[in-house]
Amino acid sequence: MGERADVWQGTLALMVLKTIEMMGPQHGYGIARRIEQTSGNLLSLNYGTLYPALLKLEQEGAIASEWGVSENNRKAKFYKLTRAGRRQLEQEARNWQQTTAILDRFLLPAEDKV
Amino acid sequence: MRFWQRTRAWSLRLINVFADERNRRREGSFADEIECHLQFHIDDNLRMGMSPDEARREAILKLGGLEMTKQSYRERNTLPWMDDLFHDLHYALRQLRRNRGFTITAVMMLALGIGASAAMFAFVDAAMIKPLPYHDPNRIAAVTESVKLFGRANLSYPDYLDWKRMNNVFSSFDIYGGGGGLLNTPTGALPVSSLRVSDGFFRTLGVAPIIGRDFRPGEDLPGTAKIVMLSYAAWHKWFNGRVDVVGQKITLDGLPYTVIGVMPENFDFAPRGGTQFYVPFQAKGSCDLRRSCHGLEGIARLKDGVTMQAALAEMQSIAAQLERQYPGDNRGQGAAVDPLSEIIVGNVRPILLTLLAGAGLLLMIACVNVASLLLVRSESRRREIAVRGALGASRARLMRQFLTEGVLLVVLGCALGLGLAYATMRVMAGLIPKFMMSRTPFLQGLGLNSHVLFFVAGISVAAIGLFAITPLLRLPLNVMRDGLTEGSRGSAGRLWRRFGANLVVLELAIAVILLVGAGLLGKSFYRLLHVSPNFNTDHLAMVDVMAPDTLYPKDEDDVRLQRQITSRIGALPGVVSVGITSVPPLSFNGNTNWIRFVGRPYNGEHNEVNMRDVSGDYIKTLQAKMLRGRGFTEREDGTKPPVIIINQTLAKMYFPNQDPIGQHIGDTDLSPKSIREVVGVVDDIKEGSLDQDMWPTAYYPLYQDENGYFTLMVRTSQSAESILPTLVSTIHSIDPGVGTADPTTMEEHTRTSPTAYLHRSSAWLVGGFAVLALLLGVIGLYGVVAYSVSQRTREIGVRMALGAQRSSVHNLVMREAGRLTLLGIGVGLICAVGASTLMRGLLFGTAAWDAGTLASVAVVLGMSALIASYIPAHRAASVNPVDALRAE
Repeated sequence: MGERADVWQGTLALMVLKTIEMMGPQHGYGIARRIEQTSGNLLSLNYGTLYPALLKLEQEGAIASEWGVSENNRKAKFYKLTRAGRRQLEQEARNWQQTTAILDRFLLPAEDKV
Repeated sequence: MRFWQRTRAWSLRLINVFADERNRRREGSFADEIECHLQFHIDDNLRMGMSPDEARREAILKLGGLEMTKQSYRERNTLPWMDDLFHDLHYALRQLRRNRGFTITAVMMLALGIGASAAMFAFVDAAMIKPLPYHDPNRIAAVTESVKLFGRANLSYPDYLDWKRMNNVFSSFDIYGGGGGLLNTPTGALPVSSLRVSDGFFRTLGVAPIIGRDFRPGEDLPGTAKIVMLSYAAWHKWFNGRVDVVGQKITLDGLPYTVIGVMPENFDFAPRGGTQFYVPFQAKGSCDLRRSCHGLEGIARLKDGVTMQAALAEMQSIAAQLERQYPGDNRGQGAAVDPLSEIIVGNVRPILLTLLAGAGLLLMIACVNVASLLLVRSESRRREIAVRGALGASRARLMRQFLTEGVLLVVLGCALGLGLAYATMRVMAGLIPKFMMSRTPFLQGLGLNSHVLFFVAGISVAAIGLFAITPLLRLPLNVMRDGLTEGSRGSAGRLWRRFGANLVVLELAIAVILLVGAGLLGKSFYRLLHVSPNFNTDHLAMVDVMAPDTLYPKDEDDVRLQRQITSRIGALPGVVSVGITSVPPLSFNGNTNWIRFVGRPYNGEHNEVNMRDVSGDYIKTLQAKMLRGRGFTEREDGTKPPVIIINQTLAKMYFPNQDPIGQHIGDTDLSPKSIREVVGVVDDIKEGSLDQDMWPTAYYPLYQDENGYFTLMVRTSQSAESILPTLVSTIHSIDPGVGTADPTTMEEHTRTSPTAYLHRSSAWLVGGFAVLALLLGVIGLYGVVAYSVSQRTREIGVRMALGAQRSSVHNLVMREAGRLTLLGIGVGLICAVGASTLMRGLLFGTAAWDAGTLASVAVVLGMSALIASYIPAHRAASVNPVDALRAE
């Protein structure tokens, strides 16, 4: 395993939203594990940082939470996407793709650009 | 979209700052959530084959610490800085409540300082910062002629016309002049204030009437229609604010005038404040067309790009040209061009600035006092601070705590101070006499406006800074640690003694400055009131009388009226004698004449002297001394040889080694009918205001000159006040068409004169500041000495245990207090001389370094300081050494 990258400021929220969209209602631990897996274990995520991010999204109305029971019969708090959250996800994903596309044009080798 | 989401998040967090109960529940819920999280993780780890201990350890490690996570969650839940601020405020309020004495003292001191400064600033703002209510007022110049004796003198109409024609610096140039008038009303003739103006007067000021029209060009020429512009007040007073006022007729000085318009409510021409009627100039009579008769003043608007200096230079060169052209009339007649605002506020500016400086010094003492109180308190809070520091409060956090306390004190002080300022302004504005108010219409806009609020905000920020920094000086890091150790008090006073004690020196020095200022102003006022006017001012009643030309067209008519009034009033019970003058004494220097001496070489210079027409009994009525020769008689009228009386100053100036009696004086041309024989020399009756110099003055027999406007002077045996109504009614019973104005007594006239008023008010105000400063300074000294004694209790105990006498302990304390006091007084006296030199323009007959004042201030302050330090010294001397040592 090579060097693991830290999570960039601001990208965590997008990852959380996308993960919840993919998995449906999910608890914090599940979201954290999924983010790590999805990144192919390239990201080093302090699980503790996830919770303030979740609270922020909830305060902004992008996600909602409620207590429920997990598949292995444990009590857990589940987070699900709201309509506003879905819109935010779409918009931020688009922005992000655009940004990476532009950066790609700069960073890819010259012959590929033709 | 994003904006609303952020706002939603912020408001939720803001609400949570105050929702303690909800936060507790939420934190409990979060603890559960984290516990679940850990359980999931531990389960996974166990599945991967870790031991239970290892599994839990790894899970917490991956989380990044349990408490850390909870902390960052909490910070996200609320607004941490708001939360802290809330707690700081809470804590600060508790601190202030607990030390009620300190809080009340500090807030009161601040309120005093801020209140005084804000009130004074409001006056300065109204008078000097707010622009005059005219269009582009900085471009308006006040233009007059100037002579050696006056500086600013008046314009003559022919000179004005030449100046207007020849200059290239003014886009418009207008004149105003004249003062009173008689308005015919159903109840008889009433004196009103009216002004003769040239046609462009209002256009030059840039103000248009709200009803009707302005004067049109050419309407100020002789022979055009008699029209009048009303002030807003006159419109309401005489026409009840009727809209159809245009075209109405009024009778002014017996002539019919047609109303053409009404000026706006906020319009008042400050140099002639309170004017009710504006009439076009329309030159008439012998004076208007004579080049040597100066009765007008000019206002002009500068052309774009022309400075006041350039305008002055141009007008001076034009004046010089006219002087060459008319060597007789215009000899020595220069030009004066000043900003209009200078004419309006020039005389009150130094007083206002002095008062503002006084209030500022008071504020400074108040702040220093509060700062030293804070210092004392931070000293006694060393242990509290050390404990908080030891429990993990960062330095920044402690700083914020002090800042919050400072802010709270200042905010309380400000709120109270603004209230105080408002009350002060109301009271002071109410105390301003009407004549001052009409000359300073800008003061009517006095109030707590945005300028004043900004000023107070500025003061507050500075004070907050001072109060936040002061306790911090007590907070070097090691002190925090030392504060916890027992017995640290012995070393505690070092910084205090170096810093706190010097604050007292500053306070005392400022108190000295204010006391000296007040002393000098008070002494000036005393000197002013005790200037001998060279006549007897008590039991002297006076009233202005106006006989309109329409009723009394010829000189003989005036004489007949004057004689009738004199005999009727003279017959009243309680009247000793009656005199008449064209201008009452103690009013102003001016109304001058140029004289020339028969039989002496003459090179055309203007020998300018005050000119007064007085009746035969006038000098006797004033009880002024005749030094040589004789006075006039009541029979001396046009049929008798022309005579003149001169005052002593004139005699000394123009007849230095000669007997003036029998000499002859005439006008500049020595025209035969102007030549008069000097028959007497009278003592220097003060014609000008109390603080003005004596001018040479010539008295002419009243009945040998034309005069429809005059002042009656009545010497009474009873109180002068009580005869005033009888005077007025007697004059009206002779002829209801004759106007009377300003019945008053000579004492009242002097007391309420602008000069006396300005001196009195500045002396009282600065005196008030000085008393407060003395009080605050002495309280400050007492606090310092008392505190120093309390800090040195153990040392004193040791000294006494080792055999020191009580008297030597007493002396020890008094010596320290004495050192501070002497230093304060010394520094203060030096600064005070400097400060008084700056305000020497306000002093009258008193030097800035007046030794008596300086010495009395030093003595007063020294005595007060002695008393203030005696109490703590006495307390120190009665310390029981056993108790003092046991206290540790």
